[in-house]
Amino acid sequence: MSETHAATKDRSSVRSLLRLWPYVRPVRVRLFSAAFVAIVASCLGLVFPLVLKWMVDGPVADRDTGGIWLGALLLLVLGIVEAVLFGFRRWLVARPLAGVEAAMRADLYRHLQRLPVAFHDRWPSGQLLSRGTTDLMLLRMFLAFPLTFLLVNATTILVGFLILLMQDWSLGLVLMIPVVPLVILCSFFESRFALVARRAQDQVGDLTTVVEEGVLGIRIIKGFGRHRSQSLAFRALTRRLRETELEKARLLAGIWAVIMAIPELAIAAALVLGTIQVADGGLSTGTLVAFLSTALALRWPVESIGFLLAMSQESATATERFFEVMDVQEEKDVREGDAPGHASGHEPEGGGGLRFEGVSFRYPDAEAGSTPVLERIDLHIEPGETMAVVGATGSGKTTLTALVPRLHEVTAGRITLDGEDIALMPRERLRELVSVAFEEPTLFSATVGENVLMGAEAADEDALRRALDVAQAGFVEDLPQGTGTEVGEQGHSLSGGQRQRLALARAVVGRPRFLVLDDPLSALDVHTEALVEAALRQVLRETTALVVAHRPSTVLLADRVALISGGRVAAVGTHQELLRSSEEYAWLMSGAERDPGSAAGSESGSETASGAVEESIR
Amino acid sequence: MTTSTTTGQDATGPDANGRDTNGRDTNGPFEPADKGSLASPAAPNVTAADDPFGQDALPAPPGATGALLRSLLKIRRGRVALAALLLLLQQAASQAGPLIVAYAIDRGVPAFRDGDNGPLYAVGAGYLICALGSGAFQYAFIRVSARVNQDVLLDLRGRIFRHAQALSLDFHERYTSGRLISRSTTDVESLRELLGEGLQELIGVVLAFVYISAMLLYLDVGIGSLAVFSFVPLYLLVRVYQRRAGVVFGRRSTAIAAVIVKFAETMNGIRPVQAFRRERANDADFHALNHRHERNNGDALLEMARYVIGSRFVANTAVAAIVLWAAYRVADGTLALGVLAAAVLYLRRLYDPIDRLGMFLNSYQSAAASMEKIAGLLAQTPSVPEASDPRTLPALTGEFPGREAVFDGVSFAYRTGGEVLPRFELTIPAGQTVAVVGSTGAGKSTLAKLLARFYDPTEGRILLDGVDLRELDTPELRRGVVMVTQEAFLFSGTVAENIALGRPDASREDIERAAKAIGAHEFISGLPDGYDTDVRKRGGRISAGQRQLVAFARALLANPAVLILDEATSSLDIPGERAVQRAMDTVLHGRTAVIIAHRLSTVEIADRVLVMEHGRIVEDGTPKDLIAGTGRFAGLHQAWRDSLA
Repeated sequence: MSETHAATKDRSSVRSLLRLWPYVRPVRVRLFSAAFVAIVASCLGLVFPLVLKWMVDGPVADRDTGGIWLGALLLLVLGIVEAVLFGFRRWLVARPLAGVEAAMRADLYRHLQRLPVAFHDRWPSGQLLSRGTTDLMLLRMFLAFPLTFLLVNATTILVGFLILLMQDWSLGLVLMIPVVPLVILCSFFESRFALVARRAQDQVGDLTTVVEEGVLGIRIIKGFGRHRSQSLAFRALTRRLRETELEKARLLAGIWAVIMAIPELAIAAALVLGTIQVADGGLSTGTLVAFLSTALALRWPVESIGFLLAMSQESATATERFFEVMDVQEEKDVREGDAPGHASGHEPEGGGGLRFEGVSFRYPDAEAGSTPVLERIDLHIEPGETMAVVGATGSGKTTLTALVPRLHEVTAGRITLDGEDIALMPRERLRELVSVAFEEPTLFSATVGENVLMGAEAADEDALRRALDVAQAGFVEDLPQGTGTEVGEQGHSLSGGQRQRLALARAVVGRPRFLVLDDPLSALDVHTEALVEAALRQVLRETTALVVAHRPSTVLLADRVALISGGRVAAVGTHQELLRSSEEYAWLMSGAERDPGSAAGSESGSETASGAVEESIR
Repeated sequence: MTTSTTTGQDATGPDANGRDTNGRDTNGPFEPADKGSLASPAAPNVTAADDPFGQDALPAPPGATGALLRSLLKIRRGRVALAALLLLLQQAASQAGPLIVAYAIDRGVPAFRDGDNGPLYAVGAGYLICALGSGAFQYAFIRVSARVNQDVLLDLRGRIFRHAQALSLDFHERYTSGRLISRSTTDVESLRELLGEGLQELIGVVLAFVYISAMLLYLDVGIGSLAVFSFVPLYLLVRVYQRRAGVVFGRRSTAIAAVIVKFAETMNGIRPVQAFRRERANDADFHALNHRHERNNGDALLEMARYVIGSRFVANTAVAAIVLWAAYRVADGTLALGVLAAAVLYLRRLYDPIDRLGMFLNSYQSAAASMEKIAGLLAQTPSVPEASDPRTLPALTGEFPGREAVFDGVSFAYRTGGEVLPRFELTIPAGQTVAVVGSTGAGKSTLAKLLARFYDPTEGRILLDGVDLRELDTPELRRGVVMVTQEAFLFSGTVAENIALGRPDASREDIERAAKAIGAHEFISGLPDGYDTDVRKRGGRISAGQRQLVAFARALLANPAVLILDEATSSLDIPGERAVQRAMDTVLHGRTAVIIAHRLSTVEIADRVLVMEHGRIVEDGTPKDLIAGTGRFAGLHQAWRDSLA
C-alpha cells in the first residue's frame, strides 16, 4: 500500500532515489538481509497476541499450569528472538551505511576539487558544505530507516490485518475503515507541511547570512555604529522565522491530532462491538484481547507511514541536491575534437615562451551576446622574459592570468607554452610548468613550511629557505616554531603582508619555468617591497613570467609591459616607451594628466597602441 | 518530522544519529581545529594551551547554563505550566484505553448478558471521549509548546546576536568568525530540536512510565510492582548507553568537524588548490579524516544496536514474567481476566518507547553542551562598554565639521599582557590631517583603533572636543569618529545600500554624490543594474579595488568630525588612489583626519606626519620639514620616490 502511494505521489522523487543505487549496490546483500530480518522481527511481534489468546482461552480458562508455563516460555523465546533480530538488523547495516555515507562524501569532495573555478565562483562554499554533510546524513538515515520500514510496515500492516480478519472479519473491517481517511489526511497535511518547512529552511538560511555578515563585517558595523540597524534587521528576520515555525507547528498539531484520534475511534467501535459479541458468546475473551492487542500493535506502523513518506521526500530532495553537483561535468583534461597529434602541426610557427594567440574570454555564465571580458589578445613573452600587465581596475588583468594555468578555459584562440597548446596538455603537467601567486593570498591550515612547499613536491629544505629569502619572509624565524608553525583559519593569524610574502614564496619555491604573479607586492610597505623586488629580479631572470602590476615599482621588474584596456591589448612596449606613447599608460602610472572620464583618451590610446602590438609580435 | 509520542516498535525514528551529527557538540562546523595560535604582530601573543579561546571553551560561571535556561523560561512560566498540564491530560486520555478494556471485559460483558446496556454505553462513551481528548489535547499541547519554544529561540537568538555585536573587536579577533556563526546557528538549532521534539518526547516517555505504572499498580499491586521493578535494569541500561554513547558521539562530532574544516578550506581556496595540484594530496588527507568519521559513525550506530538488544531483551523478559505470573493468578482465581488483558495491553505500551529514550538523551546532552557554550559566550563582558550616562559633544562653533582629538596620558596593552603603546600624549587640532607611517607592527593601527574606540586605552583617556570617548553613546560617537579599514567587506544587498550604511537616511542623490566624489560612480554605473546591483550575485567579480572605493563612499556619506583611514587604499591602482586623494582634498577640508598608509603618496596631502616605531612616535612634523631632514621619514620618502621611478 505504502509503496504505491509513494510512487504515485511523486514519481520523480522515486527516480531521484533510484540514483543512489550505485552507492548502495556494494552493500545490497546486507541491506536486503536487514530488511528481511526486520520483516521477520516485526511479524514476530504480531505473534505475541496470538500466544496470549491461546493462553487466555486455553490454559488460563482450563487452569492448566503446565500450559501457562509453556505459553510464558513461548513468549520469552519470542521476546528474545525479537530483541536479537532487531539488534541484528542494526548490526548488519551499521558499518555498511556509514561506509555509503563516507563513500558519497569522498566522491563529492573528489569531484568538487576537479570542477572548474567558474563553478566555484557561482556556488558558495556553504551550499556545497551542507550537501556534503547534512544531506548525506539524511540519506544515510533514509537507507537505514524509511527505506526499510516502508517495506516492513507495509508488510506488517498487511499481515496484521490478515490476522485481524482471520480472527473476526467484522471487527477487522471496522478497524480498516480509518486507514483510507488517514492516508488522505496525512498526504494533504504532508504536502502543505513540506511547503512551510521549505520556507522555514530558506528563512534560516537568510538568518545565517545576517549572522555571518554581522560577524565578518563587525569592523564596519562598529566603525559606523550600525549595531541597532543590524539588530533590527536580525529581529525582523527572526520574527518572520518564528511565524513560519508557528505555522509549521499548527499543521503538525493537526496531523498529530488526526493520527491519534481516528484510530482510537475505530478501536472504540471495535471494543463495543467486540464486547457485545463476547457477551453473546460469539467471540471468546481471548480473541478480543488478542484482537485489541494486535490492533494496538498496528497503530505504530500505520502512524509512521506519514512521516516515513515525509522523510523519503526529504531524502529525495537531498539526493537531488547531491547529484545536482555531481552531474556538473568535470573539465576535460584535453580539449575535445583536437587530437594531441594534431597540435604538433602548429608548433613551428609558435616558438618558445608564453604566447597568447587571438585569445578571447567570456565567463561561462555570461549571456551569449555580451561583451567578452577579454577579446582577441595576442601577446608573446619570449623565454626568460618578464612581461608586466597593466590596466585600469576591472580591465580583465586578473582574468588573463587565470587563463594560463587553465583555471578558466579560453572561449576562443589559444595559449601556448614553448609552442605547445595548453588546451592539449594534461592539467597536471601544465600546472607543474606554471606557478601562480594570487592577488588574494590564500593559505591553508597547515604549517608555514607545508604551505610554501605546496608549490613543489620535490623541493627540499634548501629550496624552502631560498624561497623564503626571495619573499623576504624572515618573520617566519620569529614564529614560535619557525617554519613548523601552524597557520590558523585560512592564515588569518598572519597580517596581509605576511600572507602575501608566503604566497610569493610558494610561487617561486619550485623554480617553475613559467611564473604568473598577480599584483604580488600590494600589501607590502615600501621598504620590504624594495627588498622583495631586488630578490625577485634574480628569480625572474631564469623564468618566463607574467606579472600584473599596479605600480611603477612593480612594472620595473618586467622587460616589457602590455597595457590592457577594455579587454584588449592596447599597447606593448617597455615602460619608457609606453610612458611616451600611451596616454592611458602614463595616466595609470602617475594618475595625473588625464581626465578619468574621457573616453576619447582611451580610444586614441588604443590606436597608438596597435602599432606597438604589431611591432612587439614581430 | 516528529516521531510518535506513545507507540513504536523499533521506533528509533531517524536512527538516533542524524540528530547531532550536525557536529554541534564539541566543535561547530566551520570551526578550525585549533592547532596553535601564532605570535603575529596584530594579535596578542598567547599560547593555545592555556588560552580558553584556543579550545573553544570560554569560562562560564558555575550554574550559568541553568541560569540561562531559567531566565529564558521564567517570563513564560504561565505557558510552560499550561503546556505541562496539557501534556499531563493528553497522556491521561491516551493511557486510559486499556483500563476501559478491562472494565468492558469484567463488567460490560456480564452486565450485557444480564440485559444491562449501561456499562457498554459507558465503555463506548468513555473510549470515545478519551480518543477525542487525546487528539485535542495533543493539538493544544503542540501549539502551546511551539509558542514557548519559538519565543525562547527568538529570545536566545536575539541575545546572542546583540551580545556578539556589543562585544569588542579584541574579542572578535580571537574568537574567530566560524565559532560565532556556529553558536548562533547549530548550537541554537540543537536547543530547537530538544525543545521542539526531544523534550516533549522525553517528558511524554517519563509521564507514560509514571501513568502506566500507576495504572498497573491500581489494577494489581503485584503486577504493578513487578513492572516497576523492571525499570531498574532498564535504568541501568540507559545509563550505560548514555555514558558510552556520550564518548562515541563526542568523538564523532570532533571527527565531522575536522571533515567540515577540510572541506570548507578546500572549497574556499579552490584556486590555489588547483593551481598547485593539491587535488590528490587533498583526496588522501580527506580520505583519512572521512574514514575516521566513518569508523566513529559506525561505532555510534553499533552502540545504538547494543542498546536496542539490551532494552528489548529486558522488556520482553519482563512481559513474559508478568504474563506468566498473572496467568497463574487468573487460573487460581485471584485475578480477574480483564485485569490480565489490561495489564498485557499496558505492558506493550510501557516498553514501546524505551528505544527512543536513548536517542532523546543524546539530544538532551548535545543541547546541554550547546547551552554551555552559549552561556560561555554570553558571560563575556564587552571590554569596550557602552556609556552608562552618555554625554553629547559640544555644538560645533566654526563652519567646519572637524573636532580636536587629544590622547591624554594614553597607554595600551593587551589583556593578556604585552604593551603595544607605552604612555604618550598627542593632540590633533580640529581640521588637521595627520599621516601616520611606520613599519608593520609599529602600533599605527592600534593608535587608530583607540581613536575610533575599537579598543579602550589601558590607562589615560582620549578626548574629542574635551569629552572622553567613553562617555559618548554609539550614535554620538559615530557622528564624531568613523574609521575605514583595509578590508572592504560588502554586505548582501545593493551597492547603494552598502554605501548608505554610512548614513541610513541618505537619499539616492547623496549616495551618488559620495560615489562621484571618490571616483566610484563610473564603475558602479557600468554594473548591470547600476547602483541597484546586488553585490552578492556579482560580488565575486567586484574587484578588491572597487570594493575599497565603495567603502570610501560609505565613509564620505557618514560625514564624521574625525575620519580615520587605515590602509584604505592598498588595493587601488594609481589613478584610483589619485582620485581618492583629489576627493580628500575637498572632503578633508576642515575635517580632522588620521591616515595610515604605506604608500607615501597619501602623505602629500597631510598637514602633519607622525612616524611610529615600536609603539612610540619617533618623528612628528610637517611633511616638508621631515623630508628636508635626515630622519627616518626622509629615508622612507626617498625610497618611495625611487620606487616611482
